[in-house]
Parts: sequence; structure tokens; C-alpha cells
Amino acid sequence: MNIWLNFLIDSLAFGATFMYGSTGEIITEKAGHLNLGIPGVMCMGGAGGCLVLNMVAQLNLPGFLVVILGILGSVSLAMLMGLIYSFLTVTLRANQNVTGLALTTFGAGLMKVIMSKLDAAVYLVGPKKLYRWPFAERTDALQCLGVLFFLAVIIALYASYFLFRTKKGLHLRSVGESPATADAVGINVSRYKYAASCIGSGIAGLGGFYYIIDYMASQEAYLSLEIFGWLSIALVIFALWRPHMTIIGSTIFGLLFSCSSYIANISWIDVTMATKPLLKMLPYVFTIAVLIFTSIRNKRENHPPASLGMSYFREER
Amino acid sequence: MSERKNNTNHEPLFHLAKRSVIPQWRAWLIRVAAIVLGLAVCGIVAYILSDKLQEGKKTLADFYYCFIKGSFTTNRKIWKFLKNMAILQCISLAVTPAFRMRFWNTGAEGQTLMGVWGAIAVAFYLGGEIPEALLLVLMFVGALLCSAVWAVIPAIFKAKWNTNETLFTLMMNYVAIHIVEYFLVVWVPSGSSSLGKLKYGKLPSFGHDYLVIILIVLLLTLLLYVYLKHSKQGYEISVVGESVRTAQYSGMNVKKVIIRTMVVSGLLCGLAGYLIGAGLDQTVTTESVGGQGFTAIMVSWLANFNPIVMLLTSGLITLLDQGAAQITQDFGVRGAFPDVIIGIILFFIIGSEFFINYQVIFRKGGHAAKEGAK
Repeated sequence: MNIWLNFLIDSLAFGATFMYGSTGEIITEKAGHLNLGIPGVMCMGGAGGCLVLNMVAQLNLPGFLVVILGILGSVSLAMLMGLIYSFLTVTLRANQNVTGLALTTFGAGLMKVIMSKLDAAVYLVGPKKLYRWPFAERTDALQCLGVLFFLAVIIALYASYFLFRTKKGLHLRSVGESPATADAVGINVSRYKYAASCIGSGIAGLGGFYYIIDYMASQEAYLSLEIFGWLSIALVIFALWRPHMTIIGSTIFGLLFSCSSYIANISWIDVTMATKPLLKMLPYVFTIAVLIFTSIRNKRENHPPASLGMSYFREER
Repeated sequence: MSERKNNTNHEPLFHLAKRSVIPQWRAWLIRVAAIVLGLAVCGIVAYILSDKLQEGKKTLADFYYCFIKGSFTTNRKIWKFLKNMAILQCISLAVTPAFRMRFWNTGAEGQTLMGVWGAIAVAFYLGGEIPEALLLVLMFVGALLCSAVWAVIPAIFKAKWNTNETLFTLMMNYVAIHIVEYFLVVWVPSGSSSLGKLKYGKLPSFGHDYLVIILIVLLLTLLLYVYLKHSKQGYEISVVGESVRTAQYSGMNVKKVIIRTMVVSGLLCGLAGYLIGAGLDQTVTTESVGGQGFTAIMVSWLANFNPIVMLLTSGLITLLDQGAAQITQDFGVRGAFPDVIIGIILFFIIGSEFFINYQVIFRKGGHAAKEGAK
């Protein structure tokens, strides 16, 4: 297959990690909560999935059941992290930035402890093929696109529909814009904030699972996962708080990330050892450029939710 | 029956109210209780993760003893504790001025790393060619300059276009890491990308190796305390943090304050980088700062951005970190167990702030009306 098509498909596949992470973060942020714990949540999502896969490996379950159980394990552990976050920030009204950072420290640490106890041969070798359905047998780049990739696209599209076309989505956005107003209309602010943080975390957790089990599919994958959590948070700004935009954004991120390995194949560009770190810098520089660009343009619909980062206390006016 | 009716009236079982004042001793009591509770949960988590605990080869008493054993049983450990605490304290001090004006600088990691790189770059190119004393001065200048530049770039964009500083500074961390990676490839032609200890540019020491560093950081703590609490610039920082509008109304140049404060933050990060580069490591790697830039944010917040109290919080975090490292060694828990311990304790301290700032008032006539009466 054409090398450029390979490049594109590879980037799409890589991008799914960000798609999950930033879709989850967008849903959380739409309720007014900046969750800097997403890297930790994604780590725990990955650990949860692998933990379940390890447990069911001996049972000889049918393939599709293994796939579903892995996803459930990943989502439930990630949602547990979301529950810790929302208990601290919604019920106890703690500072969101600090809570998020603590969550990342905790999640990334615990994930490393759990993963070092698991046997990579068990959670990777068998399940990887299952998750790559329906293209698992192909030998070209298309084999990278599996169940979890398509799920990422579907979730991103549905999240956009939910947020901008349904009544509950409207309520959720109003909670993020002005919780006091939403409260006055009779919307249960805490319930929406809890639901958004937990569901958002569940979705983000799948990103970590996908990265370990499918995209990288290697024993060391979990060690490099945390950075992609941070990039997912950055991608939210690029997507302008619209989940469907994360599909485009994450593909661009994927292109920027994998270009350092693809440029080496092009004969007329001379790549030395030293340029590789510079190429790796691209996604971050690109994010900064987008940040600056959107802030200079300063259009109203591109703004973050108005009460982002602030706790809501009803008696405080 | 009438009792029943009383209970179904519209007053909820309890409601929350903001406390206006709380006695200092009570606030600290709540915090200490939170840490104790957190440690109890750590014990449970350790029990789940450690085979040695489950098999009875080690007891929970051993587990908690590790926190003392990790830092205080030998002279070497005490010095190591003080050194680690000093570096963490220095970076925490660096992020504090910006936080006091609600500028969420998550880039201390990258800013400090650029400081280390700046110092080492000077030593790499000029080491041996100029007198050692001059080299040390130039390294100092290099470290401060690099960090300040790294800190001021996001500040300029924040001041001019209100660009989101949390994410901007976060991304700058990774740019810094890759810059260091790039220079390591350039500097070390063999391809191992490991620079090794440089021969020149070591900060002179007296008494103990780490004593100079510890004294510098102590002095810095006092200086920053005075700067933030008793200087005009420190006051301006607080006003901008409380309300940008108030600051503008009273004639302050908010943009100038933002940029100036981030330069101060950057310079302090540079100093931390210099202490790591010239004082300790004599080399630079992408792991030179090792995540302390992020830990520092929490240390600073836990101390309520007060430099003196920060000595306590940075000490606590270092104690936990070293204790957990000791546990990793003794109990055969692999991976990043210290992070798990620190994370759990942080959850409890963060949560405890709620009980300091708010009080839970139960319905009158209920069984727990005492709390509300206080």
C-alpha cells in the first residue's frame, strides 16, 4: 500500500487515544470542571482493562465477550477515578487544579504498580487480535483500525449530538455556563456535575486501554501513557469544546507524532539523529500555536464554559 | 404521628454553611486527622498490593516504621532528606508568586529543567577555558536567563491576549524536555545520549556537601516571605489574585504585574535548576527535575501559598516520598508506589480543607445538633 496512505491510517489509529481522552475531558469541562486528572484516569482505565483481561484469560470465553469485559473493566476503574474527583471537587468543593494533579499522581503511580504485576503475555497476545476485529487478518496498515477505534469515533460523534441537540445536553451546558441559573431553573447541579465527571472519565479511561492493548500493543506501552493524557487536555482547546472536532484534531496530532518515523523513509530529506527530538517537539509547539491563535481571534463561541474551574456553592452569591 | 410530620417538613437533614473564622489549632487538628486517616488507607492499599504483608512476613507496624526509617535512621538519610526537601521547597517557592495572583503555572517542571540545561550548557562549552569562579557565575546567569525566558513567554501571551496559561505552560514542559534531548544527542556523539558528570562548574561546599544548598533555600524562603507579605510588589500580586478589576480600578498595570511576577517565578526556577545542575548532578538529563515541578504545585497550595508554612508541607511530602521508597525496597512492591502513597494522602488533605472552610449544620432537634451549635 502507498506509504502516504499508511501514514494517514497510522495517524488515525494513533489519534483514537486522544479522541477518547479529549471527548471525556470535553464532557467534564462542559459541566464546569477542568479535570487535570485525565492522565491519571487514562492510566487507570488502561490498568483496569488489562486487569480484567488477565483475570478472564483462563476461562476460554468467546471472543466478543472478552472484548466487552475488557472495555467494562477499563470504564469502571476509570469511572471510579472520576468518582474520587467529583466527590472532592463537587461535594467537598476542593480546588480543581490541585485535585486533578493529585489524581494524576495517584493514577499514574497505581497503574505502574498494577501493570508491573501483570503478565504481558496474557493480556496482550490473545486479546490484541480480538480487539483488531474486523481487520485483524490483513497485513497492511488497515489492521490497526479495530473495534476500539470505531468506538472512539462513534462516541465522539454521539457526544456532540448529545451536548448540542438534546435537552439533557442543554442542561449540562447550562450547568457549566452558570450553575446558579441552572439551579434556579430546577436543574440538579450536583447530579449533572457528578454524571459528567464520571462518564467523561469512563470515556477517557478507554483511551488508555486502547493505547496499551491495541495501538502500541507492547509490554512497555504503559510507561509512556501519561503524556498522551496531557495532550488530550490540550486537544480540547483545539477542538473548541466540540467533541466531533476531536476526530480532526486527534488525526493531526497523530500525523505530527508519527511523522518523525515516516520522514526517515523519504529519500530527499536528510534526517540525522539530532532532528528526531526536534520533530517530537512538533505536537506541543502546534498546540501552543493553536492556543495563541484561538486566544487572539477571541470569538465568543470559542470560549471555554464560563464557570470552568469554579466550585458552586448555592449560598454564595 | 406528629413526630413523623416534623421529620417530613422541608428542612433537609443537614445543610452547609461557610465558616467565617476557625481557630488555628482546630484547623490544624483537622489536617492532622486527615493525614492519619490517609495513612490508614495507605496501609490498606499496601496490604492489597504487597505479598509480604499478606503472607505475614512483614507487619503493618513495619510498614509505618518505614516512614521514619526512610528519612531519619542514619546521618546519610537525614542529609538526603534535607537535600530533597530543599530542592522541592525551592521549586515550590518558585511557583508561589504566580499562584498568589491566580496564574496557574503548571510549567515549573520545564522552567526548572531549562535552568539545569542553561547551567550545564555554560559549563559544557566554557568549562576549563575560564576560571572556575567566573564559570560558576556565568552558569548562574545562564540558568536564570533560560528559566526566566521559559516562564515569561506564556506570561506575555496571557497579559496580551489572555491565552490559557495552564495549558500553555504545560506544553512548554514537553518542549523543554525535547530541547534537552536534542542537545544531549548533539553533545554526546557516541549516541548514548548520556552526558556523564562534567569536571568543571561544581558549587563549592563547606561542612557537608548539601549544606550550602539547604542554607540558600532557607534564606530564599525568608526573602520570598518578606517579598510577598511586606513589599509593594507582593501586595500588587495579592490584589491581582483577588480581583483583576479591583487592581485595574486602583490604577495598577495588571499586564505589567503578570509579566513581572512570572519573571520572578522563572528566576526562582532558574535558581532551583542551578542548585540541581551546579550543586548536585553536574549533568543534565530529561529526568533532572523528575516530576518535582508538578509536586511543587501541590506543596505550594497545601501551604496556602505561605513560604514559611511551605517548609512543613515540602517536608511532609519528602518524608512520604522517602518513606514510600523505603517501603518499595523492604516490601517488594514494584512500580511507582511512592506516587500512590502521596496521591492518597493528598486526597485526604485536599478533602479536609472542606471541613475547615465549611461547617455541616444538622437539622435542629436531630440527634446531631451539637455540630451546628458550635
